[in-house]
Amino acid sequence: MKKQVSLTQDFLKGIWDQNPIFVQVLGMCPTLAVTVSAINGIAMALATSFVLVGASFLISLIRKLIPTQVRIASFIVVIATFVTIVDLVMQARFPDLSKSLGPFIPLIVVNCVVLGRQEAFASKNNPLRSVLDALGMGIGFLIALFVLGSIREMLATRTILGYQILPEAFNPWLVMILPAGAFLTLGLLMGLANWHAARKDRLSAARALEQYRKSMVAQG
Amino acid sequence: MELFLIFISAAIVNNFVLAYFLGICPFIGVSNKVSSAFSMGMATTFVMTIASTVTWMIYHLVLEPFHLEFLQTVSFILVIASLVQFVEMFIKKVSQPLYRALGIFLPLITTNCAIMGLALFSITREYNFYQGIVFAVGAGVGFTLAISLMAGIREELDLADVPNPFRGAPITLIVAGIMALAFSGFAGMI
Repeated sequence: MKKQVSLTQDFLKGIWDQNPIFVQVLGMCPTLAVTVSAINGIAMALATSFVLVGASFLISLIRKLIPTQVRIASFIVVIATFVTIVDLVMQARFPDLSKSLGPFIPLIVVNCVVLGRQEAFASKNNPLRSVLDALGMGIGFLIALFVLGSIREMLATRTILGYQILPEAFNPWLVMILPAGAFLTLGLLMGLANWHAARKDRLSAARALEQYRKSMVAQG
Repeated sequence: MELFLIFISAAIVNNFVLAYFLGICPFIGVSNKVSSAFSMGMATTFVMTIASTVTWMIYHLVLEPFHLEFLQTVSFILVIASLVQFVEMFIKKVSQPLYRALGIFLPLITTNCAIMGLALFSITREYNFYQGIVFAVGAGVGFTLAISLMAGIREELDLADVPNPFRGAPITLIVAGIMALAFSGFAGMI
């Protein structure tokens, strides 16, 4: 019997411990390309999450019907169907956003986060768990894109979501909306995430060592 | 002349990796050694050229006449995925040395968004058949250039004293940022 993981854990792990961007380093292309502003980042993350949740649900429902040899192709067809839905809905309801995200909406189909979750999780778990897992990953993706988009938007235009954050005296950094700004910001954020994770590991290791010592002392 | 401009624009000025962020996964994943980076670039160029030819035909000869444009995403990705398989089998049959050089990279290319992005770009920009091919070759050359340069820098970077949390992906991204900054110097060229 496989070790049971609680439902909340399935949901929560995507948000930080296995954050698709900062920890797994998946789905880089849309992350870097669309985060010129916070609102673009949010729109992209919501579109991706919708595809992720829809595809995970459907795949986990039919996971026993898919032969292993053609599973990747089947996953891609399911994902592409959901991507087409998102693409057409956005073109109809939010033409401005759709225009500014450009080809990156249809490109969700090759986003490794989406395919990765189908391969790693949805094809092996029941629909409830798969949807929770997809939601968690989607939220993790949303957080990453929002943070990245906010930082870039703030430094390039002094605003976040159109609200002014930095004072007029701040000289905008134009480089932030250029491609270079995306690479630099994400690189620094990832370094920060790694540093935080390493620090947490070190602290918990130190705590374990302390406990072990105390127990040895207690035993004499 | 127009074809030459498309080529230069795709290869250098609007480099696929450094300006459009397409193909970042192999750019970060396979840029450890110059030799393998170069092979990856060649394999990508090869698949890009074939894929853009085939997707152009699918779009203009099948989807457009039958008003099935909404099937674009589904049909393109299926065509690209099966094409990569087919190319892999073909190379294996025809040329063993080439297969050994490119073989392991070919499956990775299916999920390379540069291929799909290229197909979508040449549709939205309404390139004709020849422009599409030149655009694909240019994008492939640009990808090869970027990934080989990156691999060259990373080989040197192995000897550098990088702070621990920045080892691996973060420092690669920062180097890519500096490269993108250098490439943005080409922006006024066309």
